[in-house]
Amino acid sequence: MSSASLIIEAAAGFTAAVAGGTLPARLRVPAATVLTWGACASAAVAAVTVLQSGQPIVVNSTQILPLTGITLVLDPLGAVFVVVTAVVAVAATIYGLGYARHGLSTRTAAATLPLFVTSMLLVPAAGSVATFLWAWELMALSSLLLVLVDHRRREAARSAAQWYAVMTHIGVAAILFAFLMLSAHAGGQTFADIQAHAGGLSPAVRSAAFVLALIGFGSKAGAVPLHVWLPKAHPEAPSPASALMSGAMVSLGVYGIVRMGDGLLGGGPAWWWLAVIALGVVSALFGALHSATSTDLKRLLAYSTADNMGLVLIGVGASGLFAAEGSPALAALAMVAALLVLVNHAAFKGSLFLSAGSVQVATGTRDLDRLGGLMRRMPVSATIFMVGALAIAALPPLNGFVGEWLLFQSLLHGLAVSSTGVAVAVPIAVAALALTGGLTAAAFVKAMGIGFLGRPRSQEAARAGEVPRTMRFGAGLLAAACVVLGVAPMVVIPAIEQATLVVIPGVAEPLHGGVELELTGLRGVLSPVLLAVGLVLAVGVVVTLPRLLQVRRPQVRRPRVRRSDAWGCGRELQTARMQYTATSFAEPMQRVFNDVLRPAHDLDVSHTAESRYFIESIAYRTTIDDAVERRVYGPVIDFFRWWGGRARLLQNGSVHRYLAYGLVTLVVILVVLT
Amino acid sequence: MTDVSTALASTLVTLTQVATVAVGGPLLVGLMRKVRCRLEGRVGPPIHQPLLDLRKLFAKQRIRPDHASWIFPAAPVILVATALVIAVVSPLVTTVPTWGRDADFFAVVFLLLLGSVFLALGGLDPGTPFGGMGASRAMTIGALAEPALLVSILALSIPAQTSNLPALVRSGLDQPHLLASPSRLLALGAFVVVVLAESGRLPVDNPSTHLELTMIHEALVLEYAGADLALVTLGESMRLALLLGLLVNLFVPWGVATHPGAAWVALGVVALAGKVAAAGVAIAVFEVFTAKLRLFRLPELLAGSLVLAVVAVVTALGVG
Repeated sequence: MSSASLIIEAAAGFTAAVAGGTLPARLRVPAATVLTWGACASAAVAAVTVLQSGQPIVVNSTQILPLTGITLVLDPLGAVFVVVTAVVAVAATIYGLGYARHGLSTRTAAATLPLFVTSMLLVPAAGSVATFLWAWELMALSSLLLVLVDHRRREAARSAAQWYAVMTHIGVAAILFAFLMLSAHAGGQTFADIQAHAGGLSPAVRSAAFVLALIGFGSKAGAVPLHVWLPKAHPEAPSPASALMSGAMVSLGVYGIVRMGDGLLGGGPAWWWLAVIALGVVSALFGALHSATSTDLKRLLAYSTADNMGLVLIGVGASGLFAAEGSPALAALAMVAALLVLVNHAAFKGSLFLSAGSVQVATGTRDLDRLGGLMRRMPVSATIFMVGALAIAALPPLNGFVGEWLLFQSLLHGLAVSSTGVAVAVPIAVAALALTGGLTAAAFVKAMGIGFLGRPRSQEAARAGEVPRTMRFGAGLLAAACVVLGVAPMVVIPAIEQATLVVIPGVAEPLHGGVELELTGLRGVLSPVLLAVGLVLAVGVVVTLPRLLQVRRPQVRRPRVRRSDAWGCGRELQTARMQYTATSFAEPMQRVFNDVLRPAHDLDVSHTAESRYFIESIAYRTTIDDAVERRVYGPVIDFFRWWGGRARLLQNGSVHRYLAYGLVTLVVILVVLT
Repeated sequence: MTDVSTALASTLVTLTQVATVAVGGPLLVGLMRKVRCRLEGRVGPPIHQPLLDLRKLFAKQRIRPDHASWIFPAAPVILVATALVIAVVSPLVTTVPTWGRDADFFAVVFLLLLGSVFLALGGLDPGTPFGGMGASRAMTIGALAEPALLVSILALSIPAQTSNLPALVRSGLDQPHLLASPSRLLALGAFVVVVLAESGRLPVDNPSTHLELTMIHEALVLEYAGADLALVTLGESMRLALLLGLLVNLFVPWGVATHPGAAWVALGVVALAGKVAAAGVAIAVFEVFTAKLRLFRLPELLAGSLVLAVVAVVTALGVG
């Protein structure tokens, strides 16, 4: 029964792709969507069965793929990722029903989206190297096609897709090498074989495999400095695909690191995990800083994905570090924290990307400097965005807060492990966690306050209206998940604990309690329900108490609330152009972090023809591009471009010269052979 | 019977604590103003003037800007509501507040952040330049203050092995030698800077000028009027009282009630009022002799505070 649901999942997914690619225009999106739901539902059934029983589902088939066959092993660790993917996919495809005519109704798009979802459902279920790489590559290629969907309308999509294609394949190459090294030693290519033989490997081979996997999976997870594709590809993809890429696909990078480091290799020396923490700290800070200064709504969200994956990596690294120092209980706590942050991230980032897509549909722009006033023009979408924004800023009583609390607790209690690595890494990680939290709050106050509040800054924003119902519903589903996970995290924590026990066996469950979240064996309690109820009650008190206490003065009769022009220090004429923009909002932050961000300023002053004392116009431009991209990748690209230019000298289109090359080669070969 | 009386007693304790903060906050602001005025050679308004102002403002009409959405009126409500929740759970008057089990320091920090975020959104909502300016600066400073705050919490939490606030205060009472430990003192330094930044006091922000361009907080709340403004003022003064209350109880815990009972609670109220008033006077005196720092010098101050906090953590680990 349960292995059947995995097969049904794959069958439904691939049928959806075929339906999307072949059916006539009116039918293809609904048919593909319904079939995708079927795939998600059966995958979720399989995953929930695994999580309840704790027993993996195994499917072996030698017929499907020649030479290697297909091996699917869905264990609780993979099951958590399958559930996350399925939920985000259902929300994104519901949203996609309304969004379809904005670029998702073509044959290619309708076929690729289900393929993408199916491959993401299969990656965590893969039980052998061949199956894993096959699903992984399918995921990479289908998402690449989705990035390219809009390429005719937007040039930027092509360059984004190029970056993505190169980065993802560097990643695949690294992963491939890591797996080849391991399976060559194990003499088999199933994960079970590799795991059984990993203990006997030399430390050098193990470390090489781990570092390669960290590079490969880290590039998928958007870890800085391998993140460059992320802020390009996520914004250019259609919004349902962005939500899937950011909510589900990026998480699979973390899955890979956990599966490889903790699962297949069974943990490793402390320096592996210090490297993971360092990667996490750098990604979190760099991502948060760029999201605080971005003015493109989807780019802001993409950078904040790098930031959140950084937090997850801090948790994963701390877990490995504590395990390496001999404290499996603390390691389990940190792993639960990391996975909880990851699950939460899928919920809020999904809803944020979907509602950002709604803004794009309603106004035609993602530029925060041209938005504003949307809270009154599209109240539902704006409120959904706000829930996501408050959740990602880790504000109680939403889900982001619970995740960060747990991460903080695991770091705090981890300090009890006495080792130099812990004493150095943990305070830095906490400082990074805190700075990231503050920067994220600033970034999302900006996104919310500039994008949705105030006055519209352009005609398009002023004319915006609410989006179709399916789009609001899809995005709202994930926003509701943010609230539910924030108030009742115990809904998912047992599943996450099951997943943790796969990689850190033999420890007690790190958390217990129903209404309260209590750390096992440590002093740390949080009651999200109480917090939420307390806040609601307090709001009630604040609203009602002044009214009850108010002394009525009978001679004054006037309405309680008057609407009027904004005061603005007595300025009579307030225009939308006088408001702060996203650029000006982020300016202090940008100046503080000038050395990291390195913005480019450009000031053009043109004078009138008559006299240089009169200025005709001033144009000021400031752009913040990615310093890592410019400094690290720029020289590499220049290098290849230079050699490409040299190569062009050889290849000038003249047939005679090509024949001469052939002759020379033949002569050389003959000389060498004789 | 005993259940009912226990519940009643704990409710009374909670109400006492909330009332102390709600009334004490404005009084604290009045006291600090008075001290500054006297040191500057002026008579100054009476200490209870902020309470009178609140009464007047609550009776006044609310004026909402044309372009504002529901966020604008919601922001002051959330600001005060978060302060109320913190006042209920924190160990201010007593180390055994009713919901003290759930009073995690980390949660308190993020509740404060929730209030700040909504206030910043409220500042952006009317679509005027000043609100945006205030919001931008307030969020920048808030973001930079966050690391020092959380790392100093980490330093405080190391000896007690928990970030539960009542437990932290109790650990100070049980092991007084910890209070004078280098780690605590360093954490105290970091914490004081953060409290000054979070509550908008000098040298970060000047609470007594009304030149909007130089200010952070005053620019942020420029559009609020009437009862909305009353809530903002009340919320801000409660937050100041809460931050100072936590500060004094963490570093000078004596006098806080450790047992239930009317006498203990009364003693706790008096001790809290005395300690917070002393801290407030100290800050006011400091403010008279300090100039406001330029906005772009603030990162240095806050980075210095982070360094203190990190050293505090390292020292705590070395000693522990």
